[in-house]
Amino acid sequence: MSQPTYKSVLLDPILHNNPIGLQILGICSALAVTSNLKTALVMSIALTLVTAFSNLFISMIRSQIPSSIRMIVQMVIIASLVIVVDQVLKAFAYSLSKQLSVFVGLIITNCIVMGRAEAFAMQNPPLLAFCDGIGNGLGYSAMLVVLGVVRELFGSGKLLGYSILPTVNDGGWYQPNGLLLLPPSAFFLIGLIIWALRSWKPEQKEAPAFRLAPQVSDKEAC
Amino acid sequence: MAKQESTLRTLTVAMLVCLVCSIFVAGGAVMLKPTQVENRQLDKQRSILTIAGLGGEGLSAKQVKALYAERIRARVVDLQTGQFSEAQDAASFDPLKAAKDPQLSDALPREQDIASIKRRERFSTVYLVERDGQLESLILPVRGYGLWSTLYGFIAVKGDLNTVVGFGFYQHGETPGLGGEVDNPKWKALWTGKSLFDEQGTLAVEVIKGSVDPQSTKAAHQVDGLAGATLTSKGVNNLLHFWLGENGFGPLLANLKLLTQKAGEA
Repeated sequence: MSQPTYKSVLLDPILHNNPIGLQILGICSALAVTSNLKTALVMSIALTLVTAFSNLFISMIRSQIPSSIRMIVQMVIIASLVIVVDQVLKAFAYSLSKQLSVFVGLIITNCIVMGRAEAFAMQNPPLLAFCDGIGNGLGYSAMLVVLGVVRELFGSGKLLGYSILPTVNDGGWYQPNGLLLLPPSAFFLIGLIIWALRSWKPEQKEAPAFRLAPQVSDKEAC
Repeated sequence: MAKQESTLRTLTVAMLVCLVCSIFVAGGAVMLKPTQVENRQLDKQRSILTIAGLGGEGLSAKQVKALYAERIRARVVDLQTGQFSEAQDAASFDPLKAAKDPQLSDALPREQDIASIKRRERFSTVYLVERDGQLESLILPVRGYGLWSTLYGFIAVKGDLNTVVGFGFYQHGETPGLGGEVDNPKWKALWTGKSLFDEQGTLAVEVIKGSVDPQSTKAAHQVDGLAGATLTSKGVNNLLHFWLGENGFGPLLANLKLLTQKAGEA
């Protein structure tokens, strides 16, 4: 990998190196919070802030952290940030925080935050690390927003709570697809998005871990 | 980088990081506390209004406060005698806090404690909706243990003290999708119109397993259990039986019934 620049750390994670699409991190929350766009947006903002600031703080003290307790120190910083984000949500978006509280708490264990702290912030200067956090947050957000839009629009015919496709239940014509409101649908959607991404950018394809040997004889092995 | 790895240094860095982080977290929590308390209060008022069928969803904070101030009157009840009491100020009295205070609550013996709340406060706050001096509906706070958590909610009954207007929880930690379905509007709507007591005046309302048979004579008292959430359904049933029974608001309901009967005779 070439020397990271501000532009590359900010923009690369959105399509080139998407944390969900390429690194397959943070899937759990991507399934859980995307059944409507509003929660997906709040979760994206929360995660972007946490990743950015945890990267910033960890990078600031990176040369002081003894490597024997480096993971624990990262965890303490991430956990503190997440608690504060949760408190802020409770204070300013109470009804949303009631829906999201569990998942906001789980940002602590979101692999993206920890992964960026360990892989990037420990080796790079604070400002660059901060931008890398924002970039990866944006990559995660992009994926969440796409999932949120598709799932809310086709699952309940709405976007951000406003009716777009009037559903049959409300006297319209659209028969909503209930599967899209359930978490497994996000799995299918993420799979399709990854497929599309990798067909468009073949360099993202992973080398196969193994190949099946061709069959050499018709006889059963015994 | 050898000097970074001494034990002393490791300990110092760990201590410092913890100290800074704890100051940061504690500071944030303390500063945001007032807004959070206000939010919680607003949320409670909103759920009281919603459960009483006065609207509440979709109103702004200001509208909720105004509507609440206009329609709802909070009164403190002495649970022992079932009389309204002036011993506590209704606006500031917090029954949930009182339940933890040995001065203001009693420990419940196990056989009476069907809702698993351990201690019951001596005074509680109920909410009255009145029109022209007549009781239109009465909103009672209920709580009890489900599967994982204590469920906190309200039940609103009509002026006849028998017909349910609404029922719902404003705080619980049951499994989303299973026990968490207590928040499902469709399930909550099942409660509206059910009667709490049968003709003999005994408490008959019940959450049953499976669906209610509409032909049954008890159908007016029964509500479908939640699929996949047997223990939460049982908990809801128990907490209703506790709070509507003689250890809960039973005496108050009996007193109010006497009052309305007398008013009817006069």
